[in-house]
Amino acid sequence: MTINGWLQIAIFFILIVACAKPLGSFIATIIEGRKNFLTPVLAPVERLIYRLCGVTETEEQHWTRYAGALLAFSLFSAVLLYAIQRLQAWFPFNPQGYGAGNVSPDLGFNTSVSFVTNTNWQSYTPETTLSYFVQMAGLTMHNFTSAAAGLAVAIALVRGFARQSIKTVGNFWVDMTRAVLYVLLPISVIAALVLCSQGAIQNLHPYTVATTLEGAKQTIAQGPVASQEAIKMLGTNGGGFFNANSAHPFENPTPFTNMLQMFLIFLIPGALTYTFGKMVRDTRQGWALFAAMTILWLGGVVVAYHYEQRGTPMLANAGIQMSATDTQTGGNMEGKETRFGIADTALFATVTTDASCGAINGWHDSFTPLGGLVPLFNIELGEVVFGGVGAGLYGMLMFAILAVFIAGLMVGRTPEYLGKKIEQKEVKMAMIAMLVLAASILLFSGASSVIPFAAKGYWNPPGPAAANINNPGAHGLSEILYAYSSGTGNNGSAFAGINANTPWYNVTIGFATLIGRFLMLLPLLAIAGSLAEKKQVPVSAGTFPTHGPLFVGLLVGVVIIVGALTYFPALSLGPIVEHLML
Amino acid sequence: MATELEDPIVEAPPTPGLADSTAMGLSRGKRARPLFDPPIVRRAILDSFVKLNPVTLAKNPVMFVVEVGAALTTALMIRTLATSGTGFGFEFQIAAWLWFTVLFANFAEAMAEGRGKAQADSLRKTKTSAEARKLGPNGKIEVVSAATLRKGDVCICEPNDVIPGDGDVIEGIASVDESVITGESAPVIRESGGDRSAVTGGTKVLSDYIKVQITSNPGETFLDRMIALVEGAQRQKTPNEIALNIMIAGLTLIFLLAVVTLAPFAQYSVDAAKAGVVPSVIVLVSLLVCLIPTTVGGLLSAIGIAGMDRVMQHNVLAMSGKAVEAAGDVNTLLLDKTGTITLGNRQAVEFIPADGVSEADLADAAQLSSLADETPEGRSIVVLAKEKYGLRGREIGEHQAEFIAFTAQTRMSGLNYEGLAIRKGAMESIRQHVTEMGGEFPQKMVDVADGISRTGGTPLVVSSNEKVLGVIHLKDIVKGGMRERFAQMRVMGIRTVMITGDNPLTAAAIASEAGVDDFLAQATPRDKLDLIKREQAGGRLVAMTGDGTNDAPALAQADVGVAMNTGTMAAKEAGNMVDLDSNPTKLIEIVAIGKQLLITRGSLTTFSIANDVAKYFAIIPAMFAVTYPSLNRLNIMGLHTPESAILAAVIFNALIIIVLVPLALRGVKYRALSAGALLRRNLLVYGLGGIIVPFPGIWAIDRLLGLLHLA
Repeated sequence: MTINGWLQIAIFFILIVACAKPLGSFIATIIEGRKNFLTPVLAPVERLIYRLCGVTETEEQHWTRYAGALLAFSLFSAVLLYAIQRLQAWFPFNPQGYGAGNVSPDLGFNTSVSFVTNTNWQSYTPETTLSYFVQMAGLTMHNFTSAAAGLAVAIALVRGFARQSIKTVGNFWVDMTRAVLYVLLPISVIAALVLCSQGAIQNLHPYTVATTLEGAKQTIAQGPVASQEAIKMLGTNGGGFFNANSAHPFENPTPFTNMLQMFLIFLIPGALTYTFGKMVRDTRQGWALFAAMTILWLGGVVVAYHYEQRGTPMLANAGIQMSATDTQTGGNMEGKETRFGIADTALFATVTTDASCGAINGWHDSFTPLGGLVPLFNIELGEVVFGGVGAGLYGMLMFAILAVFIAGLMVGRTPEYLGKKIEQKEVKMAMIAMLVLAASILLFSGASSVIPFAAKGYWNPPGPAAANINNPGAHGLSEILYAYSSGTGNNGSAFAGINANTPWYNVTIGFATLIGRFLMLLPLLAIAGSLAEKKQVPVSAGTFPTHGPLFVGLLVGVVIIVGALTYFPALSLGPIVEHLML
Repeated sequence: MATELEDPIVEAPPTPGLADSTAMGLSRGKRARPLFDPPIVRRAILDSFVKLNPVTLAKNPVMFVVEVGAALTTALMIRTLATSGTGFGFEFQIAAWLWFTVLFANFAEAMAEGRGKAQADSLRKTKTSAEARKLGPNGKIEVVSAATLRKGDVCICEPNDVIPGDGDVIEGIASVDESVITGESAPVIRESGGDRSAVTGGTKVLSDYIKVQITSNPGETFLDRMIALVEGAQRQKTPNEIALNIMIAGLTLIFLLAVVTLAPFAQYSVDAAKAGVVPSVIVLVSLLVCLIPTTVGGLLSAIGIAGMDRVMQHNVLAMSGKAVEAAGDVNTLLLDKTGTITLGNRQAVEFIPADGVSEADLADAAQLSSLADETPEGRSIVVLAKEKYGLRGREIGEHQAEFIAFTAQTRMSGLNYEGLAIRKGAMESIRQHVTEMGGEFPQKMVDVADGISRTGGTPLVVSSNEKVLGVIHLKDIVKGGMRERFAQMRVMGIRTVMITGDNPLTAAAIASEAGVDDFLAQATPRDKLDLIKREQAGGRLVAMTGDGTNDAPALAQADVGVAMNTGTMAAKEAGNMVDLDSNPTKLIEIVAIGKQLLITRGSLTTFSIANDVAKYFAIIPAMFAVTYPSLNRLNIMGLHTPESAILAAVIFNALIIIVLVPLALRGVKYRALSAGALLRRNLLVYGLGGIIVPFPGIWAIDRLLGLLHLA
C-alpha cells in the first residue's frame, strides 16, 4: 500500500465531506419548495410540468397514495422501456441497425426492471445490443427517474420523522420533479462537460472500423457516452454505456475522471445525511449517520486495498512482485486497469458497492477472495454505506430503527428515534424489509447453485444452472451469490464470471431487483406514514442520544452483525473458504 | 448517583409522634418469596411438561420452532435406530438436548407463573364460605351466603365479621383488618362519608359496627380481580413485548432462511470439492436452534410475568402489564405535596419572642397553650419546647386550668391558668383578641409573621392576656431524602411536578426546598386534569397518585394512575394500579420497575443475538470438516470432533436458558443513570459479554463431552 494510494483515498473523502453540507442544505431547500439560486430559471419549468401533468403542487399524499404513485410510475416506465428496447428498429439514432433480435423478451424484461429499480444489472453487451436511441431515451432517462424516485422515498421517510400528527408524507410527483430538475440535471450537465473535456466521447456516429498495427480489423464503438456517464454515477445507477463500464477509456479516460466518478457516486448520498439532519432540525443526527457510514466505508476500503495489494501466494509463487515500487503497483493487478492501479480500483469497488451504483472500473471476479468479499458483503449489508441516491439513507434509517429498538429497551423506555416512538408497526415493517432482502438473495442463490435443467429447455442450457459459471469451486459460489446479491441490492455490478444472459438468470435476477426495490420501499413508506402520525416525545435525560459516538458505534455494530449473521454460512462456503484454501 | 433498585431509593425516616407513618417503607418484601421456593419449583417442573403442548407453545414462535426441530430430530433418531443404528448416540443426545431447550424455557415461564399462582391460592382461601348478614327490605336481618350478594344490597358487619363483598360504608365507623389484601397487620379505620368509606370483601371488622352497601357483583370483586391478576390468568402481551416478539420472530425466519439455503450451498460445495456429504437434517436443525434467539425467546414471557410479580411484591396491584411498561416511559410525575413530598402535617420549628419576652418564656407559654391540643401541630409544639428548652410536659388537671378548645368562630385555642389567659392562633385572631383586651399588637411581630408566610411557613401567634409573647413558626417538613430522589429522577429524565392546594408563594418555597422541577399551586381537581392533558399533548407520559373521588378523572386520564387502597372505590376503578400500602411515594419505585422490565428484555435480546457469533465458529467448521478441511481454521476453540462441536453448541444453548432464569425473574439491576451511561453499561455487559461468554462455555462443554466419551 502506497502513500499515493492513501492520499487519493483521503482526497476522495475530503471532497465528500466538504460537499455534504452545501449540497445537503440545498436539497433541503428545494425539497421544501423554498427559493434558491436556480428558482428564477427553473421555477417556470417546474410549474409548466405540473400544469401539463395536472399535479397540484400543494396537495399532499397519504403514504399509501404516495406509494401508489411510485408504483404506477415505475410500472409505466418499465413497460415503456421494454417497448423501446423491443421496438428499437423503428426508432432513429440506430446506426448499427440493432433490432428486436438483439433483445430477447427475457433480456428486455431484465433490462427494463433493472433500470427502473436503479439496479442497472446488464446481462447484455450494450454496444452490440442497443441503439443510441434506447441508450438515451430509455436508459439515460431511467437513470434520472429511478434515482429521483429513490430520493423521493427517502425524503418521505425523513418527513415521517420531521412531522408530527400529520397523515401525509408529501407529494410523490412534486418530490420527483424537484429532484430531477434542481439536483440531478444541473450537476449532470456540468459533470458531462467535465468528462468530455477529459476525453469521454459524446457523438451519434456509426462505429469506427480501424486497422490495428498488427493489421487486424477492429470495430470501435461510439455513442453519446458522456451524458449517460454523468448520471450513471450521480444517480448511483451504474449501467455502463459499454460492457467494460468505467474501465472503458471512453467512459472513464483518466485518473482524474476516475476520482470524479467516485465522487459523483457518494455526492448525493453523503449530502442527504445532512438534508436529513436539517429536516429533523438537528444536524448532529445527520452527521451521526454520516459518521457510521464513513466507518463502514473506510473498513471496506482498508480490507479491499490490503488484500489486493497483498496479492495471493499463487501470484507470488509465479514470480510476481507483490509490494509496490516506484514503477510497479505490485499486488494483484489481474482485471485492473493500469491507469487506475490498486488503490483506485479497490476504492472504486468499495464505493460502487457501498452505494448501490454498480459501475466498475475493474473486474471484481479477479479480486483476491477477501478483496472480493468486500464488495459482496457491502451489497449484502443492504448498501447502506452512503448507499444509493435516497436508498442509502432510507436503508440506514431502517437499521437505525432496529438499533434504537434494541438499545432503547436497554435504557428502560419504549425506544424512540428523533422523538418518535418505535413500536410494533415500525419494527414489523423493518423486519419485513430485512426478511425479504435476505430471502431473495439466499433463496435465488440457493436455487441456482443446485437446480438442474432438462436437455431441451427454454430456461437455460441443459445441465445444472451452476454450469453457467466459469470458475467451479468456492469461487463459483461467490459468483452466484454476487449475482443475486447485486440484483436484490439494486447494485447492478457483476462479479462476472457467470453467463447470466439466459432466461433463467434474466428472469430470476429481474425478480430479485423488483423484490429488492419495491418490497423494501413499501414497508419503509408504511413506516414513514406511521411515524408522521405520531407525536414527538420531547428530549430528556432519559432519552438515549442518537447523535453521539455511542449511537454511531451501535449502528455500525447492528449493520455488521445483522449482515454477518444472515450471510455467514453462505459466505463461509464462498470467499471465506476460498481464502483459507489459498 | 447509582442506586440499585434493590434498595428502595428513599425511605422516610421514622418520625415519632407523627400520625403519617402509613406503612412507609414497610411494603417491600412483605410478599417476597425466595426465588426458588421448593413447592413452586416442583409445580414448575411438572408444568414444563404440560406446556410442551404445541397448541400453547405456538404462541411463542421461537420455542415452537425448537419443538418442531426436536420432534423432527426424534423421528430421524428413531429411523436411525430402526435401520443402521450408526450415529445413534449423537442423534439421541441432540434430540434430548433440543427437548431440554424447550423444557428449560417452559420451566422459566412456569416458575414465573408459579409465584403468582401460589399467591392466588393463599388469597383464594380467604374467599371460602363467608356469610353475610343482609338487611332485608323491611329492616329484617337475614343470614345469606356472601356469594349471593348483588350490587346495591346492604349488609351489617360487626366485630369478627368478614366483610362479604366490596362496598361503601354508609353508616358507622369501624377498625378493619385488611391484612388479607395489603399484608399489613395494623388495622385501618373505615367510616361512612368522605374518602375512607370503601371496604374490600374478605377483610375483617375488628371493632364497632358498620353498614355496608355492596358495590360489586360476585366474581367481579376486588379480591377476584386481584386473584386473576396475580395468577396472570388474563395476561396480555404488552405493546413492547409484542414488538420484541415480532423482531425475534423475524430473526428466526431470517436464520431459518440462512440454514435452509445452506443445504443447496453445501450440495454445490460437496459437488465442487468432490468430498464429504451435505450436513444431515439433524445437524442443520442443531445449527438453526443455536442461531435463533432461544435465550430471549424462552425467557420473554417469564420476564413479563416476573415484572408484574415484582410490582406485586411492592404491594402494588397493577391492572395490566401495559401500565407497568408505561411506568418505565413516564416523563412527568405528578406528586401531591401532602403525604408524598412533605410529612402529612406542619411542625413547629422555631419560637420567635416579642421584645422583652425571653424565648424560654414564649416556649413555656406555647407549651401550656398546646397541652390539650391533640392536633399534630399542637403536639409538635410540645415536642419542640421539650427538645429545645427541656420543658417537660406538665400534668395540669381540669381543676387547675380551663382549657379553651379551638373553634371556628374564635380560631384560637389555649387555656386560662393561674389568672393568665394564654392563647395561640392565627395572627388576625390574636390581634383581635389582644386589642379587645386593651393590648397592642407590636409591628415587629407583624413583620415576623409575614416573613414566615413568605417562606411557605405558617405563623402562630401566642399571647398572654393582652400581651403578645411571640410567634411560633410552623413549617411543612419535607420528607428526608426527597431532594436526592428528585435529583435522581432528573438524571433519569423524569420531571417532577408538585401538586398542592397552597398559595403560589408557599408552594414555591416548598417546591424549591424539596427540589421538584415544577409545582401547581392552588390546584383543583380540574387543574390537575388540565395539567395532565397539557403534558400529554406535548407527547409526554404522566404518572400520578390519587385517592379521593375527585381525583378519579385525573387518575383515569394519566398514563399511570396509582390509586391508594385507602381511597374511594371510584379512585381505585379509575386508576390502573392500586397501592395496597397507600404510600404515594411508591410511584417512584413503580417507575423503576417499569424500566427494569424493559431493560431486562433488551439486555437478554442483545445477549441472545451476540451469542450467535461463537456458535458459528463452533458449527460451521464442524459441518464441512470433510468437504473443506481448510475451514477448520475457523475452529478457534479447538473443539475436538465435529460431533462434539455441534453437541457442545446445542448444550450451551440450552443451559444458558437455565442459567439466566434467575436474572429473568429478578430483572437486570436498574441504576438511576442517564440513558447514555445506562446503554454503554448494558451494551458492554450483555453485548460484548454475549459475544465472549459462549467461547469458553462451548469449549468447556466440548472438553467435558470428550472426558465422558459422549462425543
